[in-house]
Amino acid sequence: MSRHVDTVTDAAADPNAAQPFAELGLKPDEYQQIREILGRRPTSAELAMYSVMWSEHCSYKSSKVHLSQFGDKKPQTDILLVGIGENAGVVDIGDGWAVTFKVESHNHPSYVEPYQGAATGIGGIVRDILSMGARPVAVMDPLRFGAADHPDTRRVLPGVVAGIGGYGNCLGLPNIGGEVVFDSSYQGNPLVNALCVGTMRHEDIHLASAKGVGNLVVLYGAKTGGDGIGGVSVLASETFDEGGPAKRPSVQVGDPFMEKLLIECTLEVLHAGLVEGIQDLGGAGISCATSELASNGEGGMHVRLDAVPLRDATLTPEEILMSESQERMCAVVTPEKIDAFLGICRKWDVTADVIGEVTSTGRLVIEWHGEIIVDVPPRTVAHDGPVYNRPLARPDWQDALTASGSSNLARPTTAAEIRDTVLTMVASPNLAAKTWITSQYDRYVLGNTVLAQPEDSGMVRVDEVTGRGVAVSTDCNGRFAKLDPYNGAKLALAEAYRNVAATGAAPLAVTNCLNFGSPEDPAVMWQFSEAVRGLADGCLELGTPVTGGNVSFYNQTGDTAIHPTPVVGVLGVIEDVNKRTPMGFSAAGDVVLLLGETRDEFDGSEWAHVVHGHLGGVPPQVDLAAEMVLAALLVDLGGRGVLTAAHDLSDGGVAQALVEMALRRGVGVTISLLADTDAFVALFSESTARAIVTVSPANVDIAISAAAAAGVVVTRMGSVADAGSDMVIDNIAGSSVTLSLDELSQASEATLPALFG
Amino acid sequence: MTSGMRIGVVTFPGSLDDRDAVRAVRIAGGEAVALWHADANLHSVDAVVLPGGFSYGDYLRCGAIARFAPVMTPLVDAAKGGMPILGICNGFQVLCESHLLPGALVRNDHLHFICRDQKLRVESTSTAWTSEFEVSQEIVIPLKNGEGGYVADEKTLDQLEAEGRIVARYLDVNPNGSRRDIAGITNERGNVVGLMPHPEHAVESLTGPTTDGLGFFTSVLTSLVNR
Repeated sequence: MSRHVDTVTDAAADPNAAQPFAELGLKPDEYQQIREILGRRPTSAELAMYSVMWSEHCSYKSSKVHLSQFGDKKPQTDILLVGIGENAGVVDIGDGWAVTFKVESHNHPSYVEPYQGAATGIGGIVRDILSMGARPVAVMDPLRFGAADHPDTRRVLPGVVAGIGGYGNCLGLPNIGGEVVFDSSYQGNPLVNALCVGTMRHEDIHLASAKGVGNLVVLYGAKTGGDGIGGVSVLASETFDEGGPAKRPSVQVGDPFMEKLLIECTLEVLHAGLVEGIQDLGGAGISCATSELASNGEGGMHVRLDAVPLRDATLTPEEILMSESQERMCAVVTPEKIDAFLGICRKWDVTADVIGEVTSTGRLVIEWHGEIIVDVPPRTVAHDGPVYNRPLARPDWQDALTASGSSNLARPTTAAEIRDTVLTMVASPNLAAKTWITSQYDRYVLGNTVLAQPEDSGMVRVDEVTGRGVAVSTDCNGRFAKLDPYNGAKLALAEAYRNVAATGAAPLAVTNCLNFGSPEDPAVMWQFSEAVRGLADGCLELGTPVTGGNVSFYNQTGDTAIHPTPVVGVLGVIEDVNKRTPMGFSAAGDVVLLLGETRDEFDGSEWAHVVHGHLGGVPPQVDLAAEMVLAALLVDLGGRGVLTAAHDLSDGGVAQALVEMALRRGVGVTISLLADTDAFVALFSESTARAIVTVSPANVDIAISAAAAAGVVVTRMGSVADAGSDMVIDNIAGSSVTLSLDELSQASEATLPALFG
Repeated sequence: MTSGMRIGVVTFPGSLDDRDAVRAVRIAGGEAVALWHADANLHSVDAVVLPGGFSYGDYLRCGAIARFAPVMTPLVDAAKGGMPILGICNGFQVLCESHLLPGALVRNDHLHFICRDQKLRVESTSTAWTSEFEVSQEIVIPLKNGEGGYVADEKTLDQLEAEGRIVARYLDVNPNGSRRDIAGITNERGNVVGLMPHPEHAVESLTGPTTDGLGFFTSVLTSLVNR
């Protein structure tokens, strides 16, 4: 099969040829901008490159103007070794150790093909971490699905879970946490976010830049196939005659075994000092890797595209440039070291080919069998894409939503009603145990998992000698963000921050995955701008810099967008993981203390959602100063060995937290509410900046005086009972409620298997 | 304190729990020696662990390709000569594919990968890897597999029972549909043991549900000293 390839010479000779830029997603003015940059029409290969690199996903063209706040409002800090803009930010955690972590979305592919979409989401984020020079050590998955009982959720969820497990387990990375949230707003737009944590020594940090004229560009890993090409197929169908390749799936297909080899091979070449610059191949494939490497380095690169090893010999150059085949990496290697580099690749049975070299021309030149098909300034592809200041407008329904608070909803008052409410809440899909999901993930591999789900944060040991480790939590309450995107983002940050501190780790840095509807809808754009402003302000106040993240727009069906969902991941450091604080009750007689103040706050709460299907009003008050004081107290008391357990208070309030603490190790508790409190408010309010802790009787005074010194309100709630005993709550409307752990466990554990088992 | 005993841990492409096995050997007091799949040499080790993972992606039958790795040739000979060999999870599958152990491991009956803290009863303490346990001792170690259902024909199962070659059984829950709740078996001589659960993940109270797994590694060190 022969086909005339559109060369630079052709483009000059035939400047007015019609090109399918609109089908590739480029606007007329964007196409015009490309023509101005090049001084001619782009070749079809150039058009393909620009179209995909200038896409929303790769260029952040709608979000850039807002995301700059993360830099502008960056807190004073010296922990950032690598900041925003690289594949992932890198944080100094002390003792010469560095940690890189990042969360990304793979929402749309996971809706189309749940298993592969979710699997390759893990694969992509792991390569981002690897390309910084770090060994990936753990993954987490914040997931959101439509209503739990909707038939399509039954289609999507099991596939997503199997894909995360199938890929992550085979890769040998422990899955240490995440979230599973059900809400009908995600119907048709499930959110599959993936977070990876990697560790390295400071001196092992690597960056994506093609330095050193004459150095070689090596493509290694899987061969390039026709998967994940997406819209670029339009080019082929425009220019192909009969007999061209069939349209291929636009969802990539993952091979975790190859990724495992790629990890080991990459770490070996990095540690052997054989690499000048490195970049993973993800979205936009070779287009992205070559243009970013060149743009970050000497500025020029010459690539022989026909040297790329292919799974399918019929692929066109445009398709090769765009392919999102998984498990590929690109490295820049000096000619002196290339043999050693290729030798290590052979040891790991990893295909590796030199596809080009670094030049000083300032141009990215790509040839195909001797003809030049791309000749562009790489920066215009990789970094200088269009930037939009999209119109934004506070939605016209926002006031009505805010006005529709939860105060008129019928509340349980009697002990019997409270008891029923506890059981209803415990069994509701968002609060029920996620064992059916998390038991499909390996949490043990690598042998450094100190805490994993359902603990408040996942924690891994980084240094086996000193015990230094890190904790990570991801959180977001999309209902709160819908009610108030600015404070909703701050609340997500506050919750993740609190969760990390509850385990005894000091919060250090932030990553985020901003999931929203269409940026072309001014209401969505307003939500986005408010959420970014809230997160940036919150990070400044807490002193935790944003190290990187990801934006996912177009999570929308028709005019209906998802709840704004700014998922926030907080990373904390703990000097000795042996001193971590677990969440479960352990020793009978330990005293249960509530830290923080409880207010009557039910708008957007899990109770309003579960019992009344209601969403309206204003979310709980966010007080980041109080969060900082509480977190410092939790870290201090945890580190001094005063706390035997700690658990953050969030969805479902005190009642849910007590149930979770009791069920964790099957140990009961007896609580006595204060005489003058409203039992319903005390048990179900979702006021922030609160935690429940337990301390041995000998340490009660120490804990109470430390809290008092910090200005944290302490309430003595009761004491831990024997293993297997009941959960008892006294002083509810003159009566008491007794729930057996069996009853609670059954309510909590049965829900997901009944829906998905 | 080290026993001076050298325990090899094989890395195949796709091995995942090799670092964990190395750590377990070290904590038990042995010297761990990394063995490479492509190197047909056991480097004078005294015993070998075939670790868990997905060798070659397990894209064919689990363990079916690893069985042909160069390192397996001297390993099979050594096993037949009495060297203690422990295959964990994928390593168990490799031992079955190598015909050092009878039967096979098939997909879990519920069709999901499962990771849980699993209660076991140690049935045989006359193997090189279980001598430090008590007969009928109940232990809890992690289990994690997608294809961990042990199967063999009835005659083989009867023979394993009769000869006391069932090393451990699942208690409370049979997590994968294994015949007769079998979690691990041994060969006639008792030097080769295959175990589906992961003792190497239960050697530190910090990271494991228990430290019950340590007994497998201290057992082999003791049996090597006493041989």
